[in-house]
Amino acid sequence: MLVHFHESRVLPCRVALLGVTVWSVSKARLLPSRHRPGACARDATWQRADALAALQEAVAVGLEHSITPEDLVITAYRCHPFAVMRGGTVTGVLSELLGRQDGMSHGKGGSMHIFTPNFFGGNGIVGAQVPVGAGLAFALKYKGKAASAFALYGDGASNQGQVFESFNMAKLWDLPIVFVCENNKYGMGTSAERSSANTEYFTRGDKIPGIQANGMDIVATSQAVKYAREWTIAGKGPLLLEFVTYRYGGHSMSDPGTTYRTREEVQRMRSTQDPIRGLQRNLEEWGVATEAELKAIDKEAKATVDKSVEEAKASAFPKEVDLWTDIYYKGTAPPFMRGREREEVHHY
Amino acid sequence: MFTSQSSAAARIAKRRLLRSSTARRVARRAVSTQVEPPPAGGHLPGIATSKFLRTTRDAALRTPGITWRDDEHGAPVREIIGGRETRKMNVYQAVRDAMSIALMKDDTAVVFGEDVAFGGVFRCTMGLAEEFGRERVFNTPLSEQGIAGFGIGLAAMGQTAIAEIQFADYIFPAFDQLVNEAAKYRYRSGGQFNVGGLTVRTPTMSVGHGGLYHSQSPEGFFMGAAGLKIVIPRSPIQAKGLLLSSIRDPNPVIFMEPKILYRSAGTYGFMASSEAFPLTCIGNVVEQVPIDDFELPIGRAETLTTGTDLTLLTWGTPVYHCETALSMLANPPPSLAKHVPASLRSAKVELIDLRTILPWDVETVLESVKKTGRLVVVHEACRTAGVGAEIAAEVQKKAFLKLNAPVRRVTAWDVPTGLQYEKFVIPDAIRILDSIVETLAY
Ligand SMILES: Cc1ncc(C[n+]2csc(CCOP(=O)(O)OP(=O)(O)O)c2C)c(N)n1
Ligand SMILES: [Mg+2]
Repeated sequence: MLVHFHESRVLPCRVALLGVTVWSVSKARLLPSRHRPGACARDATWQRADALAALQEAVAVGLEHSITPEDLVITAYRCHPFAVMRGGTVTGVLSELLGRQDGMSHGKGGSMHIFTPNFFGGNGIVGAQVPVGAGLAFALKYKGKAASAFALYGDGASNQGQVFESFNMAKLWDLPIVFVCENNKYGMGTSAERSSANTEYFTRGDKIPGIQANGMDIVATSQAVKYAREWTIAGKGPLLLEFVTYRYGGHSMSDPGTTYRTREEVQRMRSTQDPIRGLQRNLEEWGVATEAELKAIDKEAKATVDKSVEEAKASAFPKEVDLWTDIYYKGTAPPFMRGREREEVHHY
Repeated sequence: MFTSQSSAAARIAKRRLLRSSTARRVARRAVSTQVEPPPAGGHLPGIATSKFLRTTRDAALRTPGITWRDDEHGAPVREIIGGRETRKMNVYQAVRDAMSIALMKDDTAVVFGEDVAFGGVFRCTMGLAEEFGRERVFNTPLSEQGIAGFGIGLAAMGQTAIAEIQFADYIFPAFDQLVNEAAKYRYRSGGQFNVGGLTVRTPTMSVGHGGLYHSQSPEGFFMGAAGLKIVIPRSPIQAKGLLLSSIRDPNPVIFMEPKILYRSAGTYGFMASSEAFPLTCIGNVVEQVPIDDFELPIGRAETLTTGTDLTLLTWGTPVYHCETALSMLANPPPSLAKHVPASLRSAKVELIDLRTILPWDVETVLESVKKTGRLVVVHEACRTAGVGAEIAAEVQKKAFLKLNAPVRRVTAWDVPTGLQYEKFVIPDAIRILDSIVETLAY
């Protein structure tokens, strides 16, 4: 395990980077604007940076570390780490949060809708991504690829009917899919216990076996994903994988996250479970890296993010013509799309 | 349009745009001369002082069409307004007040939805769980299709089921239950069963920065679902009276609340606002609301200003954009003055709030159009197959010879509502003014 990490120095680097992405962006930059009264339109755009993945980084980083670019990932709106690791950039993500031209969806998607060729988004409708994941898996199987699809969803989403419909299809057709439940204990203001009759999410797949892993420990997440990937690629059909994690922040930038749970709970999770600090501690204890080395990585990550924030802010607003693009495939659109009046009708 | 345009292509595009109609030039310039970006929802100078808001007790108690329901079943209705009290409320408080009355008077009534026991993301159910108990006001799992189906079952058992779908954008997972089950329940059982006790409340329309899944106005999608009713209020009094009517209507009703009107102007945080972004409200949509139990009629439009030259028909948020457009028509600000012909400034426009989308008040609209000969319909949903399409078709059929101009629709463009494009997609007062001027001058 140690060697494994040591070999891949890029991993802690990424962990730190993502951690800092979330921390420096969400804390240092976004929160102050929330408290500024009379937020102007620009601030409102910053505030759209909802659904961050603070304290849940180990899931994204561990998952990405144990899969290959041929594997496919689809998730809900907590999509920023995947977008960066699956081929995107921090600037691309931040620009999308700001709704700019350099955003990974050219400002048309916003925080919840960010994609790369092997990352199917960023999906805003809770639960909708799960059956889509089954479709991805079917295509992999059909094409005979030795790869899996990973469909992520939350403890709240797990109660949507279409999640169960997907389980059935996946088992019926033995699809190479891992249903990854990120159980962060809350779906907005409702705790898992209050939303789900069965909170052991890994057991909810009926005939699909499931495993539960610590989502706050990068070693556990990467090992669990490795196991799950091998399982599906070996043709054993789908698997449920529950990561027990914790949503550190509020649900979104406009949720302080303290009206339905105690500050103490949040503080305790942060001081005892933070996956980044845990990893740092382990790396130091195991002699893989020194404190100074880790600090340097941290500093570098901060600088990268700071630079990205500036780049994002400097990026242009979306182009007027793009209001009309990407609705239909280029060249197959109806001859025109209506605007408000004759002069505004867009002719392709 | 976008401040950063500098490339040649963008300049050409802009020039092309500027070559379009006069009124559009006006709109462009009006926007481009502003130093600050417009606030969410656009500039609405009139909303806090809207003359459609009933801010005195007397005006509130004389709300047209009001029916008092302060007595138990069967007792005669008191028509007198003397001795009745009002309280200052905004829309979310009025919605809550209506549900509180429904829960108090009807033992079978229950309120449920995602996070509603905590007040719901817009606070419309604040304190109801504490007041009426968690067995009557409860959180559901995150499953809209389940919520709708569950409500249908409850209603089929004769209960009053008041469901909340957190955002109108999330009503689509429940679409099948609402269109195939709720709407057809009575019909397909030959009248043996019905789900008239079902009311689905849901926040609707844009707030200026909602993006793809927090801006939609899906009323049109339900318009062909005979068996359902669709109601959209514009103000606190309307919200309370129409919601009480909806809850008691013997048919399933979808009650859509324009979320930008919920609270007084400002930006609010979570649990006081929305799940994924701060709620920005556009103005002080506050009225003195009668504290008694009262209803307002479903299926009836309300004429807000009478006129003889043009009928302006809308519902929900754009009521206030229309009011602003009308004041600009009569008194154009200097920047617009030369584009609003003097001869049109004294035009008498009849503004109608449709209020019920299904079944819509054909009679009131037709009567008005037959008088004015001109109709402009304004709605936030996209144009193609929007509610305006149905209205235009019906009006041209029934008032063809009376029309002096084509029926005009001011709507969102036929595109998804991308975050940064929202303020250009949703119609505002300038667009409405533009259409009024062109329709009057046709
Ligand atoms: C169909 C649908 N219903 C409701 C919402 C509003 N909403 C967004 S996130 C969320 C909670 C989801 O909780 P969970 O699945 O546990 O994911 P988490 O946010 O905890 O990662 C809700 C209710 C939505 N986006 N889509
Ligand atoms: Mg959750």
